[in-house]
Amino acid sequence: MSAIGKVEPGGQNISDAIEHIVNGAQEQALHAETSTGLDHRKLVMWIFIASESIFFAALMATFLIYKSKVPPEEGLHHLNLAVASANTFILLFSSLTMVLSLQSIENGKKGRMIFFLIATALLGLVFLGGQVFEYNELITNGISFDTNLFGSSFFTLTGFHGSHVFVGVIWITMLIIRALRGGITEHNHLAVELGGLYWHFVDLVWVVLFTIIYLI
Amino acid sequence: MATNVLAMPRTYARTGLWSWITTVDHKRIGILYLVTAVAFFIIGGIEALIIRSQLAVPANTLVSPSFYNEIFTMHGTTMVFLAIMPLNSGFGNYFVPLMIGARDMAFPRLNALGYWLFLFGGILLYSSFFLGGAPSAGWFGYAPLTERAYSPTYGIDFWILSLQLLGISSITGGLNFIVTTLNLRAPGMTINRLPLFVWGTLVTSLLAIFAIPSISVALFLLLFDRHFGTSFYLPSAEGDPLLWQHLFWFFGHPEVYIMIMPPFGIISEVLATHSRKPIFGYAAMAFAFAGIAFVSFTVWAHHMFATGISPVADAIFSGMSFVVAVPTGIKIFNWLGTIWKGSIRLTTAFLFAAGFIGQFTIGGLGGVMLATVPVDWQITDTYFVVGHFHYTLFAGAALGLFAGAYHWFPKITGRFLNERLGKIHFWLTMVGMTMVFLTMHYVGVLGMPRRIYTYAPGQGWDLWNLIETIGAFTIALGVLIFVLNILTSLRQKATVGDDPWDGQTLEWATSSPPPVYNFASMIPVNSPRPLWDAKYGPHSEFADNPKKIELSGGGKAQIHLPNPSYWPMVVAFGMSVISIGIIFGADTNWLILPVGIIIFFAGIIGWLAQPAS
Repeated sequence: MSAIGKVEPGGQNISDAIEHIVNGAQEQALHAETSTGLDHRKLVMWIFIASESIFFAALMATFLIYKSKVPPEEGLHHLNLAVASANTFILLFSSLTMVLSLQSIENGKKGRMIFFLIATALLGLVFLGGQVFEYNELITNGISFDTNLFGSSFFTLTGFHGSHVFVGVIWITMLIIRALRGGITEHNHLAVELGGLYWHFVDLVWVVLFTIIYLI
Repeated sequence: MATNVLAMPRTYARTGLWSWITTVDHKRIGILYLVTAVAFFIIGGIEALIIRSQLAVPANTLVSPSFYNEIFTMHGTTMVFLAIMPLNSGFGNYFVPLMIGARDMAFPRLNALGYWLFLFGGILLYSSFFLGGAPSAGWFGYAPLTERAYSPTYGIDFWILSLQLLGISSITGGLNFIVTTLNLRAPGMTINRLPLFVWGTLVTSLLAIFAIPSISVALFLLLFDRHFGTSFYLPSAEGDPLLWQHLFWFFGHPEVYIMIMPPFGIISEVLATHSRKPIFGYAAMAFAFAGIAFVSFTVWAHHMFATGISPVADAIFSGMSFVVAVPTGIKIFNWLGTIWKGSIRLTTAFLFAAGFIGQFTIGGLGGVMLATVPVDWQITDTYFVVGHFHYTLFAGAALGLFAGAYHWFPKITGRFLNERLGKIHFWLTMVGMTMVFLTMHYVGVLGMPRRIYTYAPGQGWDLWNLIETIGAFTIALGVLIFVLNILTSLRQKATVGDDPWDGQTLEWATSSPPPVYNFASMIPVNSPRPLWDAKYGPHSEFADNPKKIELSGGGKAQIHLPNPSYWPMVVAFGMSVISIGIIFGADTNWLILPVGIIIFFAGIIGWLAQPAS
């Protein structure tokens, strides 16, 4: 699936050319084709994701250092593994719907794509709801952002991830609006691919977070 | 190499203030970067003169201790983030697209956003002087000194937020350089034919996108500590101040190479051109860039030997730090190989480049000394360290940038800088910097600690400090002459031809200054020095029969250029207002934050709604 960055040398030029005409609302290549054969936006997305990885790595390092400093009774034991597991499943499922939406538009099925985009955004919102539920539970149990190092680093790490999910939901909503207004077609769907790249990255980060926060 | 005059796609203002505000042309953005960064370089230099005036004689009370702390903090922060990095970005913006034969950067508006974030970030940082006091905890901002209990003014908050803006600016710039270099190369310009300045900028950009997120996290945590009641760096609540140092130096050490690698590239171009030889060991030079970049992520704790990390960690980080000397040594020997038996012209650009080799080597050797743990323990936090890093950043980055300025000024403006004034500038700089920074090594070994406001007489430091101060003013005189040189040159007519230095790379294959579309057509690229091949290569018939490849759109009636746009500035302005809102939000004006958010989103929507080209 090209959602994970399959390069189609040559094949992209036609869609690029059409994009030049159809879609004026995005950065355009000044040259008709690029040296690598990859669209600028796709390349920059991958490099941006690389940069973001370091951002989350630094946050994870902070969490791991402080997690061991706080006795489990004052931190770890209050986490809700059941909710987090359900959330993990939901977010992973949303990656599937994202892939299906891209596959739909690649086959020219626009309605199906919009359906799966809406499903993805809703799953993202459910995930955020689950996070709010867990936050609420933790605060009721006396662990908040400024109680202790566990609370601070837990809320910082999951909060930055949650805000990325939120940005993703807005992004997908904008894709839906654009699709409804006819801005995304079978031959002009790079925007869906880019949104997908971001969404899969955010999901992948959660898999790592789930492991280091809840499992180890 | 006259370029055809082609019809422009749209009519819009090409002169006046508005045209600069809305510009997305990489050359104009490059000029904006350079001019703004020179202004900050002068401000940072004035701060250096204040520091040196205070330290000129023992027991001096020229400025107050708290002002002194503000000044040395602002000097460091300014020179790193507002002078050297943006000067590199300025040359990169102007010359990377020209050197690879592109019409512009890959994302012209993102490029403009980077500039406006840099300008507003700088203004934000300096506004702290008028809004309750500048930061005064050093450019490295060690916690817990930066915590609210020890730095109660807003100074540190301004520092945090402006560094975040500058970080975003550097990341967007880095993304843009990487995509541009990979995607917009002219036909034949393979990766292993990139000019070395482009290599330097490419590798620097990779460093920037991987290093800056680490300081972003560090700054966020500090902000949370200061405003939201966390205790990430507060030892009194089990927090770990060393976490700051790890996160900071994981950024901070690659940052050193972010500042020095583009000047490495400039030096390579200048030495080759002015020795009229190809660069010696091109492939080794390119690999050395990559090698330094890789190793730079494995040495950060050599800034922390004195903090009591384990002996095993000391040994590993010390060993890796020695490894840096290998690719750096390769570069120095290759530069020597480049000028060896060349037809050298002793231009000012060449002199600065040659001076760079000698002086920077001293800086490198000081680095090897400091990488040795016992030596570091002995001289850490003394003026030896200050002398060392000024030998890498002044003798390294600044000399390289001066070389670039004399080398490329004719291309940017169509005018030469005066060579006589340039040589005076060069010798004043050489003599001045030796007086300041070499002396610092000595006075550091004598035990003078850094970051002190004043010192008692009779410790054997007095004479050396006076010499340092005289040296600092000598450098300043040189910079003054440099600025006057620029101003007088700009009043002359633009008479320099396309290729005044008999250059090797593509930026000399178009007019000086280049047209807005850079190239109408492109010469074939078969090596890292396409223009040289075209002029003197074995199959060259260039003089009478220039074989040119048509670029896309080149043969047609018009070249498609990106639209000018003020939305990047609006977005950057919104982000700056958000920053001010965060600084004052909790305490006084909660209204600033929502206003900033509204401006920011208005800018984003305007940006998305506007066609790029």
